[in-house]
Amino acid sequence: MTQGQTPTTQLMAVLPGDDPTTASRARPSSGGTGNLRRVILGALGVVGIAVFWELYKFLGPEKGWAIGTTIILPRTNDMSMPHVWTMFERLFQPLTGAANSKMMWEAVVDASAFSLYVAAVGWIIGVSVGFLLAVLMQRFRTAQSAVLPWVILSQTVPLIAIAPLVRRWGSQIEFGSFVWENWMSVALIASYLAFFPVSIGALQGLNSPETAHVELFRSYGVGWWKTLIRLRIPASIPYLIPALKLAAANAVIGTIVAEVSIGLKGGIGRTVIEFAGAAGGDPGKPWAPIFGAIAIGLIAAGIVSVFALFLRRFMRQETNS
Amino acid sequence: MTAIENRVPAAQASDTRNQTGETMTQPLTGERESQSTGGSDAVVVRDVGKIFTTKKGATVTALENIDLTVAAGEFVSLIGPSGCGKSTLMRLIADLDTPTSGTLTVFGKTAKQARLDQEYGIAFQQAGLLPWRTVRANIELPLELHGFSKAARTARSRELLLLVGLGDFADNYPDQLSGGMQQRVAIARSLAESPNLLLMDEPFGALDEMTREHMQAELAHICAETQAAVVFVTHSIPEAVFLADRVVVMSPRPGRIQAVVDVKLGAGERTDDLREDDQFFASVSEVREHLHGTHATGVRGVENR
Ligand SMILES: Nc1ncnc2c1ncn2[C@@H]1O[C@H](COP(=O)(O)OP(=O)(O)O)[C@@H](O)[C@H]1O
Ligand SMILES: [Mg+2]
Repeated sequence: MTQGQTPTTQLMAVLPGDDPTTASRARPSSGGTGNLRRVILGALGVVGIAVFWELYKFLGPEKGWAIGTTIILPRTNDMSMPHVWTMFERLFQPLTGAANSKMMWEAVVDASAFSLYVAAVGWIIGVSVGFLLAVLMQRFRTAQSAVLPWVILSQTVPLIAIAPLVRRWGSQIEFGSFVWENWMSVALIASYLAFFPVSIGALQGLNSPETAHVELFRSYGVGWWKTLIRLRIPASIPYLIPALKLAAANAVIGTIVAEVSIGLKGGIGRTVIEFAGAAGGDPGKPWAPIFGAIAIGLIAAGIVSVFALFLRRFMRQETNS
Repeated sequence: MTAIENRVPAAQASDTRNQTGETMTQPLTGERESQSTGGSDAVVVRDVGKIFTTKKGATVTALENIDLTVAAGEFVSLIGPSGCGKSTLMRLIADLDTPTSGTLTVFGKTAKQARLDQEYGIAFQQAGLLPWRTVRANIELPLELHGFSKAARTARSRELLLLVGLGDFADNYPDQLSGGMQQRVAIARSLAESPNLLLMDEPFGALDEMTREHMQAELAHICAETQAAVVFVTHSIPEAVFLADRVVVMSPRPGRIQAVVDVKLGAGERTDDLREDDQFFASVSEVREHLHGTHATGVRGVENR
């Protein structure tokens, strides 16, 4: 196999659903019924959680249960654990008592859309940078030995530590009429989390063609660039798709956490914190933005999955029957 | 061992030649009448050696003193036990590897220039199709890489699909084909640019016997039609004899040319009837004798069927 396989293989082993061989064994033709099944199972899972919640609320001790000061079982009163329907009802009530107040769901949708937009910008930047790094590492072995350790190290820096730094650096940027805004810092941090799985997955994918295929292209007398476009990139897609999904999840998490630590207003991360404080007389309120955050994650994953549908033929394997 | 030590002076080489010279056998070097290295010969290999150095520093002499000339339009089979350097020799001709010593020309050019000029088409034991491309797109791959127009590509792939009998499978993907069909696609792909030289490394090695004989007859037909020179690596004696004008028998450790057998099966196209021909059996026996001559213990890795 090709160079640099060892470190990346180990890394990819920790990424879920990254095995292109098993992924491709499910033939595209069987996708229809399989998808329906997955949707039903997913919905059953959600219903299961709601049922469990209500069941515990019904059976569990009102005051919770603690040994000393360590809480073992949470309290089940309506303040700590509102009914599932209370949470949903709250979505369709006005945000505040003011006469012209927005509905709660509108506020959540607005905040979610803003965060999704920031996450998408971060995702696109992260995917581009990650992919370019992978191409660079594939092309030059020295680049791989020089860059790969830093790529891995970059993910060990805690987000909380870099967020204020990014904000401070950003605030010093000013070209003409361009002014660095806080949301850009958030997108940058999201991209910082998103680029990692892409660079690792793409590198593994770009190095995945067998020697026989690489030599075939050599026999055609074509150079590195055409081999990249016609062989390495198509061959990398089975590795790339799980990496893109991980990158989407990372971008969403990065956005929400960075919103909080940078103090960006308008996004779902900030809304979660704001509404959590208001839990006092309004137990359903903190849950509304949490639903929003979940929705962003699902939408982001969904968009990548739809994108992956168009790349299905690249998931095929050359089988020898 | 160094490369220099492996070079045997010309006089010494011709001595060896005389020792094995037999009635039906061509001179050991595989020379035809023409000694020229001009453009009329497809492949000219002169005193080529190949030494691999492994990562631990050990050396393996894969080829030593190889002399071989393949005339334009000639079909040459390379046969020998596993590890005798057949694939290595083919890879040198294809410029997928470089010789340690000696010279090698393809249509009068260096191997590298010949590769860049697309003088040869190549097929391996594994079909090596791109799984995300349809049969048609796989056949068109070299044409696409070399900038042929869409119209030219379509016309050529249609021709080739008919030639290999896969007209109905143009839009299928490789994973929907049997091994034999995949191999036919690979052969069609190697023919895409109408090369004057075909290099084939055990292309039927992974197929069952029935499919294999069928494919041999088909290849014989294709070669009669295209007039390309062929270097065909195999470890099946009947396959080597059935297809080739000359069978080059190689021996291992170090890889050398043991003998060259002229197959006289008449000028016409090879058809399955020839498998019953006395001359066919005579050539099979002769190749077998040369192979067994290499080891007193018999040869492993060569099929006698
Ligand atoms: N890349 C390589 N590195 C080291 N040794 C090699 C390499 N390729 C081939 N060899 C050695 O060269 C010899 C000839 O190999 P090969 O040409 O593949 O034989 P054949 O095709 O006749 O079975 C073998 O001993 C093999 O181990
Ligand atoms: Mg071989």
